[in-house]
Amino acid sequence: MNILVFVKQVPGTTDVQIDPETNTLKREGVESILNPFDEYAVEEAVRLKERFPDVKTYVMTMGPPQAEVMLRECLARGIDNAVLVSDRAFAGADTLATSNTLAAAAGKIEDFSLIICGKQATDGDTAQVGPGIAEKLDIPHVAYVKKIEDMNRNIIVLERMMEDGYDVIESPLPALITVVKEINMPRLPSLRGTLAAKKAQITKWTQADLGIDSSLIGLKGSPTWVKKIFTPPQRKGGEKLSPKPEEAGAELARKLKDLKVI
Amino acid sequence: MSGKIKVLNEKCTGCTLCVRACNFGAMSMVERSEHPKKQKLAVIDLDKCTLCGACEDACKFNAIEMYKEEPIVLDIDKTHYKNVWVYAEQRHGEVSSVVYELLSEARKLADKRQHKVAAVLLGDKIEAKAEELIHRGADIVYVFDNPILAEFQDDPYSEILSYLIRDEKPEIVLMGATNIGRSFASRVAAKINTGLTADCTGLDIDPETGNLMQTRPAFGGNIMATILTERHRPQMSTVRHKVFKPLAKDETRKGEVIKKNYDIKHIKNRTKYLKFVKDVSAKINLAEADIICSGGRGVGGPDGFKLIEQLAETIGGAVGASRAAVDSGWIPYSHQVGQTGRTVAPKLYIACGISGAIQHLVGMGSSDVIVAINTNPDAPMMKTATFAIEGDLFEVLPILIREIKALRGEPVEVK
Repeated sequence: MNILVFVKQVPGTTDVQIDPETNTLKREGVESILNPFDEYAVEEAVRLKERFPDVKTYVMTMGPPQAEVMLRECLARGIDNAVLVSDRAFAGADTLATSNTLAAAAGKIEDFSLIICGKQATDGDTAQVGPGIAEKLDIPHVAYVKKIEDMNRNIIVLERMMEDGYDVIESPLPALITVVKEINMPRLPSLRGTLAAKKAQITKWTQADLGIDSSLIGLKGSPTWVKKIFTPPQRKGGEKLSPKPEEAGAELARKLKDLKVI
Repeated sequence: MSGKIKVLNEKCTGCTLCVRACNFGAMSMVERSEHPKKQKLAVIDLDKCTLCGACEDACKFNAIEMYKEEPIVLDIDKTHYKNVWVYAEQRHGEVSSVVYELLSEARKLADKRQHKVAAVLLGDKIEAKAEELIHRGADIVYVFDNPILAEFQDDPYSEILSYLIRDEKPEIVLMGATNIGRSFASRVAAKINTGLTADCTGLDIDPETGNLMQTRPAFGGNIMATILTERHRPQMSTVRHKVFKPLAKDETRKGEVIKKNYDIKHIKNRTKYLKFVKDVSAKINLAEADIICSGGRGVGGPDGFKLIEQLAETIGGAVGASRAAVDSGWIPYSHQVGQTGRTVAPKLYIACGISGAIQHLVGMGSSDVIVAINTNPDAPMMKTATFAIEGDLFEVLPILIREIKALRGEPVEVK
């Protein structure tokens, strides 16, 4: 039984700036990290591997060559194999083109039972690629999974977090799930794992390896495109109220009432 | 081409009409020794079958069942598309408030395009909810009422919405950026190969091209991007709660309710809905709340949250929390606001003992009014807040609660 985890490398901070001259993102000086939600996806795959001895785990990402560092981190956390899907032809992909590409990559792994993704990536925040991959692979998906209640070779029972509680859903395998933070507490990479990951072989796949048509990937395969980017108006500095609790409480109550927010 | 064809064993009489009808030599007869009348049985060689349907037409006993699974291909002649759709999300039979907000925005967009607004209502015994959608701005309501839609599951919901889009060709489809909307909007967009823009905070029509201009924050709201789906239709967007204001209910508005039906035999429904477990810790849904009272590390422990709850109850708000408070186990994760929790935009956000890490700020920074109560005047939240109070929340909150009650003329308990 094979389990795939799709991960993404994102800027380590969301505090990015636009270069006013070129109107592009200033990326220098910003370190890249494993998308925080993907840590939970990786951990869950490793836990399933510990539970089912015949499980093999794969981590995959679509990204530039430097994403290899992040893949090694996933190996250090206990994943067995890593695949970097990288080609200039994939550049500029929106969520649909990314879904096409990653679905093609998943299709090259024989006999996978489960794909795990983080709920969303912190740079784009769309949460669209997971369900998109599931659709392109024609397998069911369940998003916002907070717990795997049960799993065997054929089915998986999941708790799906909703705004008002959670749903319990049973899905046949293979299936794709996206996970939220509540699902587990990720362990840090072990020293031994880190050392082994340094030497590990990382598989690299290009467009030719995937055999995917150019019309489905990169900019060409992307129905959406960014017309312009701009910095939103900054929030104006606030008003300081009295440091005396008695005065501050009364003043605040009055101001909130005047603004009709209470 | 893929699809399915099968012979219904109990209906087949072995008459051989299908064998004669098949031009591809895919039908043959086999002996059925277990049959009481020893009738033969038709079998299909799937390698030869082209799903032409000749056998199905020829069979007089309805013993051959077939359907073609055609990929949903939309033509991209943009002129064939019109009207602005709102997906009328419902959960447990109740229409989400975000739907009314979207109808109001759809109305503006449709008026600019001189198009109609249509709502799509999917569910079980849901038709009665169509009327209010009309009162809130819809001209047309498409209803698909079926028990397989009793609870939300991605497979049937995404298939049915995709079929409706293929058949009716809307120009724009708006959906709530709720857990439901975000889960299956992407599946629909991938099915019909069109663009989808998540979490739009601004929508407008480009007066020259008629395209939808979709503006959304990225990188935690540090930049805004305007996105177009220029060459594909429909243009799909999700929008969070509270971004747009709903229209007042107008009971004199008239509209058309159109019932749709697809053969559910052919609708994928692979997952099974087992049960719903309600979150009893949340009285008010965080995403829909107009007021949120949040606690962070400064709250000190689970007992401290009782004071936050008391404030929330006084002003009719929901209770939120920072990651620090959730990770300490003081309050369940479902209350977490911020990058790894929920993004909220209430009218009023009261941050008590929350320093304001960037991950928290990106989850609540677009609230209308922000109040910060913190002992540290240099905390980032204190700089972001509309009103900042430097002080101990355990001293300030009881007074605030008392003063709010006094302003309303409510009796104030003396402790």
